Amino acid sequence: MNNSFIQINGISKHFGNVKAVDDVSFQIKEGEFFSLLGPSGCGKTTLLRLLAGFEYPTSGNLLLDGSDITALPPDKRPTNMVFQNYAIFPHINVEKNVQFGLRKLGLTNDEIIKRVKDVLSLVKLEGYEERYSSQLSGGQRQRVALARALVRQPKVLLLDEPLGALDKKLRDEMQLELRTLQKEIGITFVFVTHDQQEAISMSDRVAVMSEGKIQQMSSPNELYKNPQNIFVSDFIGETNFLKANTGSKDGEYINVNIEDLGSFKIKNNLNISENASEVICSVRPETMMIDTEKSDWDICLEGKIKQTSYLGEMTKFYVETKEIEKIITVSSQYFDNQSFQDSKCFISINLADISLLNKK
Amino acid sequence: MLQVWKSFYARSDPAKAYSLLSPALILVTLAMLIPLGLMLSFSFFTQVSFTEIDYSFTIQRYIDFFQKNLLVSLLIKSVKISFIVTFVTLLTAYPVCYYIAFYVKKNKMLWLVLLTLPFWTSYLLRVFSWKIILGTKGVINSSLINAGLLSEPLTFLMYSETAVIITLTHAWAAFALLPLYVSLDKIDFSLIEAARDLGLSRLETFWKITLPLSLPGIIGAILIIFIPTVGDYVTPALLGGTDGRMLSNMIQAYFGKVNNLPLGAASATIMLITVAIVTMIVSYTTKKLTQRIS
Repeated sequence: MNNSFIQINGISKHFGNVKAVDDVSFQIKEGEFFSLLGPSGCGKTTLLRLLAGFEYPTSGNLLLDGSDITALPPDKRPTNMVFQNYAIFPHINVEKNVQFGLRKLGLTNDEIIKRVKDVLSLVKLEGYEERYSSQLSGGQRQRVALARALVRQPKVLLLDEPLGALDKKLRDEMQLELRTLQKEIGITFVFVTHDQQEAISMSDRVAVMSEGKIQQMSSPNELYKNPQNIFVSDFIGETNFLKANTGSKDGEYINVNIEDLGSFKIKNNLNISENASEVICSVRPETMMIDTEKSDWDICLEGKIKQTSYLGEMTKFYVETKEIEKIITVSSQYFDNQSFQDSKCFISINLADISLLNKK
Repeated sequence: MLQVWKSFYARSDPAKAYSLLSPALILVTLAMLIPLGLMLSFSFFTQVSFTEIDYSFTIQRYIDFFQKNLLVSLLIKSVKISFIVTFVTLLTAYPVCYYIAFYVKKNKMLWLVLLTLPFWTSYLLRVFSWKIILGTKGVINSSLINAGLLSEPLTFLMYSETAVIITLTHAWAAFALLPLYVSLDKIDFSLIEAARDLGLSRLETFWKITLPLSLPGIIGAILIIFIPTVGDYVTPALLGGTDGRMLSNMIQAYFGKVNNLPLGAASATIMLITVAIVTMIVSYTTKKLTQRIS
């Protein structure tokens, strides 16, 4: 396995004054399902287009499998793209769309026919050869786009928010299918999305981007459990932020004074310095417990439920406490909106579930 | 009674359609169908003397047309000139539209308006201004002579087929721009990117994707230019001389100086049918051709 299959070395892309991608460097492993995640305008699509060859970088270079592809036009790169709107050629049928990229590969007729047949069965589109784009559903179009790109057996498949236009049910199905497909064929996938749940559920590694820079790059678990900064913590999943400042260190731990709550010893994963005045504590809603009675957890606060939202598999409670100015979000799979007689409740937090972040 | 009519009207879609169409229908009937019918019927009559017409039915005028070599050759020439004009216009207008559709990011409308700016003056004025440019003492000839490149003025520039082709091409270019631009602008740029991504060069992408997808605009432009230029008589009359004369000039003469209304009407009818046939063949073959290359 090649750990630096794709090398992105100091890539910047400027559009006028806008730095769409700002001095980004990282590597993607061979056979990896790699996601670029971020809000719109963060530079993730530009980075993908740089990989595809639709844009050329202002500075920096790109290496794919050891060779420099920075200046190669898209037709000379061993990459293929699945477009956001699928870009199925409307004037030719599914079969011809899939064949389209094979003409230039110097294959025999029999090979072409076999490859098209194989890829159509891979994406479960047998029997749709004669259809035109206008006669297909969104999900089917997505499969055609996938087949058209995969049939060329690229070294890297680039996917630009390919599931964005599908409805929720179909999207969940396609997420699973894409993941299975990628494992099956072993091609490196670079997947662009703004949907954090999608990125987390499918990828081996995720790079979270904001303002042209990579904020954090790690496995989905790491991303969720150990966010490196406030942006990542806020963008991945839901969380509560509490203001705090630090005192003295104690081995792996550090004394933290959380505003209005008092002093606690918290694990210092990010190696935050002593006596820092601007620190943020992040607590995920599902790590807290809500109950009708007091608990013996590290922190237990009495509160009033201001609002609830019932989501079926769980319920979210928005709780007001005397101690904390902000409304705290707590989620529970055990209690729902009908469990509490009056709005009175207790919320409990374990210190192990609090992560410390630097305020940028 | 009024109430009955009102409720009938509210429920009947055809009634609504015809009442909305009626102004146009009346105009088309009065200004197009009746004159066309008159022309058709005149083509079956006979001019006996300068003032007298025999109204009995005959197809002799159509036979006359094909027996006169001049008329047949003028018809062929009209079609040929129109073909060249259409082709040259497409060739010049297409790249411009391509540029505006894909490379101009803002103020596309402004570009189109600026391109059509010369066409805000009258057609006649533009034809006359070409006279100033192409004439023996015109802009081109005098500057070439003054530069010492020529001793005698170029005569083929004026009162010739070339003059007619140049002028008509310029005169109709604006009408080709719009359908071409609309069809090119509708093409999703990611289709072009997808073709490049799938291994095609720029040129191959143009042949396989851009050209076939802009076909509706190309056919539209061909029809918009070809149909009116076949019948144009102002430009050949003013700039064509004897070499650049077209069938329409002859038709005009039959209805005027020569005073042979039936033969003029037969010639016009033949021209109408020719245009219809050529138009159908052109759009059919263009469609077939692009189906093959895609």
